[in-house]
Amino acid sequence: MAGQAPGHEVNGPPALELRGVTKRFGDLLANDGVDFDVRRGEVHALLGENGAGKTTLMRIVYGLSGPDAGEIRVAGRPVAIHSPRDAIAAGIGMVTQHFALVRPMTVAENLVLGRVPGLRLHPAEARRRALEASERFGIGAAPDAVVGRLSVGQQQRVEILKALARDCRILILDEPTAVLVPHEVAALFETLRHLVAEGLSVVFITHKLGEVRAISDRVSVLRRGRLVGTVAGTTPEPELARMMVGRPTFGVMREGAARARGGESVLRIDRLRVETSAGRPLVRDVTLEVGAGEIVGVAGVSGNGQTELVEVLSGMRRPAAGSVRVGDVELAGRRPAAVMAAGVGRIPEDRHASLVGELSVAYNLVLERLDDFRRGGALDEGRIRAEAEALIARFSIRARPGDRVATLSGGNVQKVLLARVLSREPRVLVVSQPTRGLDVGATEYVRRELLARRAAGTAILLVSEDLDEILALSDRVVVMYEGEIVGEMAAPEADLERLGLLMAGRGRAA
Amino acid sequence: MSLSRRLLSPWSTPVLATGAIVITFALTAGPILVAGANPVAAYFEFLVSPLTSRFTALEVLVAATPILFTGCAVAVAFKAGYWNIGAEGQLLLGAVAAAGIGQAAGGLPQLVVLPLMIAGGALAGAGWALVPAVLRVRFEIDEVVTTLLLNPVALLFVTGLLHGPWRDPVSGFPESPRIVAVAELPQLLDRSRLHLGFLVALALVGLAWYALARTPAGLRLRATGLSPHGARFAGIDVGRTLLGAALVSGAIAGIGGMSEVAGIQYRLTGGLSPGFGYTGIVVAMLGGLSMPGVILAAVFLGDLTVGASSAGRALGIPSQLGAVVQGTLLLVTVGLLALRRYRLARPAEAAAGGATDALAAVALAGDVADEPDPEAGS
Amino acid sequence: MSFLVDLLAATLRNATPLVYGTVGETYTERAGVLNLGIEGTMYAGAFFGFAVAFATGSPLLGLGAAVLVGLLAGGIMALLTVTLGANQHVSGIGLTIGLIGASEFVNRLVFTGQEAKRITPFPTLEAPAALGPLAPLFSQYALTWVAFLVVVPLAWWLLHRTTFGLEVRAVGEDPEAADAAGIDVFRTRYLALMLGGALMAVGGAFFTLALLGTFTLDIIAGRGWVCIALVIFGRWRIFRGVLGALLFAAVFSLQFRLRILPGWDSIPFELLLALPYLVVILALAISGRNVAYPGAYLKPYRRT
Repeated sequence: MAGQAPGHEVNGPPALELRGVTKRFGDLLANDGVDFDVRRGEVHALLGENGAGKTTLMRIVYGLSGPDAGEIRVAGRPVAIHSPRDAIAAGIGMVTQHFALVRPMTVAENLVLGRVPGLRLHPAEARRRALEASERFGIGAAPDAVVGRLSVGQQQRVEILKALARDCRILILDEPTAVLVPHEVAALFETLRHLVAEGLSVVFITHKLGEVRAISDRVSVLRRGRLVGTVAGTTPEPELARMMVGRPTFGVMREGAARARGGESVLRIDRLRVETSAGRPLVRDVTLEVGAGEIVGVAGVSGNGQTELVEVLSGMRRPAAGSVRVGDVELAGRRPAAVMAAGVGRIPEDRHASLVGELSVAYNLVLERLDDFRRGGALDEGRIRAEAEALIARFSIRARPGDRVATLSGGNVQKVLLARVLSREPRVLVVSQPTRGLDVGATEYVRRELLARRAAGTAILLVSEDLDEILALSDRVVVMYEGEIVGEMAAPEADLERLGLLMAGRGRAA
Repeated sequence: MSLSRRLLSPWSTPVLATGAIVITFALTAGPILVAGANPVAAYFEFLVSPLTSRFTALEVLVAATPILFTGCAVAVAFKAGYWNIGAEGQLLLGAVAAAGIGQAAGGLPQLVVLPLMIAGGALAGAGWALVPAVLRVRFEIDEVVTTLLLNPVALLFVTGLLHGPWRDPVSGFPESPRIVAVAELPQLLDRSRLHLGFLVALALVGLAWYALARTPAGLRLRATGLSPHGARFAGIDVGRTLLGAALVSGAIAGIGGMSEVAGIQYRLTGGLSPGFGYTGIVVAMLGGLSMPGVILAAVFLGDLTVGASSAGRALGIPSQLGAVVQGTLLLVTVGLLALRRYRLARPAEAAAGGATDALAAVALAGDVADEPDPEAGS
Repeated sequence: MSFLVDLLAATLRNATPLVYGTVGETYTERAGVLNLGIEGTMYAGAFFGFAVAFATGSPLLGLGAAVLVGLLAGGIMALLTVTLGANQHVSGIGLTIGLIGASEFVNRLVFTGQEAKRITPFPTLEAPAALGPLAPLFSQYALTWVAFLVVVPLAWWLLHRTTFGLEVRAVGEDPEAADAAGIDVFRTRYLALMLGGALMAVGGAFFTLALLGTFTLDIIAGRGWVCIALVIFGRWRIFRGVLGALLFAAVFSLQFRLRILPGWDSIPFELLLALPYLVVILALAISGRNVAYPGAYLKPYRRT
């Protein structure tokens, strides 16, 4: 259902207008002559796949990045924006994907950051102002709460409050629902409709078609840095999808029936418990089994313990209690070398940190098993190169063995990781956010590889924020919420609504 | 990119090092003028005149010897991501060990004594590096502070020995008795102070180069320095690697101390090290953390040191100007390296910290493997 | 009893330069920058303060010169690490080498001749006799009074109760968030570094302008490094850092007094001198684990 806000005016100059904005990062043309405008009192969605240039464009508007060409106009007048300070002065506010909040500080301190004139800072005064702003905009936030301890949804509210308290007329939200559960999304949309009714303009960056139609008046679609077109928010989804990717996609899907539980369990996690150094539980008594040739998908909003679970399985973190067994080898608390030796392959969510970017592709590919490539006391460079070339061919990596990994595109980095892991024929794969940030081609490649492994009998644990991906690939789905597994079901029984409720902590399965 | 294109690009390491030297001299022209001398004449004295006579040219190598050791030691540690600022103290402890063995070694053949002294220097230096290393690996306590603090303690230890049990009974001065003749490092050439220590230093630098560039342990060390998380993920025991790097670094610095005692001073003295450990940091950075670079930088700074004292005599400029130039050179080098990384970085590279083309491209064309960016945070 | 009073008085006195240095370095590190130039800054403050005092006859002018030197040193460090984003460890060491070299260079140039140069230092402010046995405790240099009663509370207030302090803390924790909030990250770091540098230089000048009245080589003897350790020991908090400074000064003062006691005089005094440094290392080993460094510690800030 499209959102038609009353007070949506077409008269007068647009609240925000971009003309011919261009931005380059080295060889990459992130934005290519983009023309874009937002009217007063409008919710304007900026739609595109990952890497289409949406965030880059808005970072330019907010002064976090400088354009190579183009002009920005606010209320019809050209403005020069060189820093967030300039943007704020021009009435632009932005809520970024990774919130710009200083975590150890309180809500009141964050609200007041950069705003208090003069030298003195009165804590009581700051608190009062925070409460005042909170009431004025109808967004609840406790002034003395330490931001780092708030839930993600609450943090986002503080971010929005921060922007509003600066009298912004144009509010930019970058993928705001990526970290929210369905009922929080509904609350956010309600807030936006309320704000827009008062004349605020909203730019809403997203890659989710459903949201576009639920909330926006108009949609601008970006593809590979170019503006494809601006259409009404009521435009049907297939057409929007076509504008986004240039062709209809159905994606890679699991073929055949989901495997019923019955295969032999290869990976057994038993009452795993992970805590912070202060004792706060991050993973609570998680018990889970994955059988050979089975994909178990772990769904859940980021921040509910999935990252820590994967860290323990990868050997990068020690659990407080519990056991992780592969076959009859106990792996909980063991280091990566032992985990790998037991036949576990790991595709982590932070690709760049898990490789050594400054070393070559070849060295990275063999880094886990250097001792296999010795000649006497030295490295056998010839064999390393040969191995690298073989893996590059087998996994279609677009790079030469001597290239530094840091220069590779996201998709190729993921392929290097895949090659490194899969070349060892692991029994178990622990995979986290495998297609995040990848283009369509790379995404399909990765998913096909995972399904091929499944067919070959590997036990796969797949953690992903992308529910569509979970549903497309998994045999079984579990949901994590606040560190616990709150639901488990076979893939055919899983649907978005049920999963959404579980992810939000409601409708717990017995 | 072809070798010649790399060298000629405005930001290649040789160009950068040259630029740093030029800018440094421009900046230090001021103090020279204040001291009442002509900057051009001063720089001539500094850089060129040491090379004009056989004796002084060899003195350049003598001056380069101790900082070859410390430069190599610091470079190895920094490459692993271990910020060993304690090379000064490690060198002094190596000197103590050498002086001790050297005094007691009468009656043993030189072929036994010299290796013994080297081993003693290495063990002492490594031993002094042990505690900060363990604190870092086991308890994650910043090694910068602990290695730094042990420097004044090492100096106090030396002074304590020299005022106490090792005070020379013959002269009564706070310097140790002379080591026995067999413990002395033989001179390499007559009418020159150049001693075997210089060759030992070169051998160590060569060994270090080989180990870092060609062995699995060396690759693991480099990986740890470039990306500790990535190295750990790949199964590398980061703690053990850091510990190893720290101990090797301390050992090399310790052998440097032994070299000064057995090759130049023939005894332990309070003024043995005018900051060799800190100069080693300058050498390591100027050399781009590469071994060939360390050699070039050490010789350059040795040239500066000899030149500074001759400039002092010839032009009346205090020889401390050498330290001013050193400090300025380090700052300018570090600044230019940062500027280069900023200019050339692409976003993915900026995240990884950019890269340095080593002077290796010039000196030893084999080592075109990736070098870590000495500018990358920590 | 009088031994205790005397010891406490000496502790306060000897802690003074450390307090200045630690508070200065705390500000710098709170803003996200490690300034290893502290040893050189203290040294340069000591020397140039002395030189100006010698030339003008006024220790107060010398103090002013030290402040200027400190501001300059902080500014150079900021230029390198903030504007250029250079490696902080190496920049700091380079600054220390350069400043010590420059000080000794000028020393050699200006102060020729064998006799040590002296100035009339700042006087100790004698406490009223009415305080009786406690009087020595309160007979301190003005700089000491200022350190404990003015600088420390003011530094705390500035850091926690003013916008500047909030900006310093934000910039040290999360510069991207601070930038997005409209704070000038570079400017804040420059100010923190320069303020820190000025304080460090005053700490160094305390040796020449108050305590000793003369300048000697190696006058700082690694106490700048001690401040670095004390900041970590103090978990980047002003009061806790000052506590560390008092601890070091107490051990330092104690070992001087122990030496003259019978039985202790056979222990080499170098060992006793080394004791305070070792105690600091021990303190770090015990309490320095799992400390929460400021979020942006050692990371230069860049907008892409």
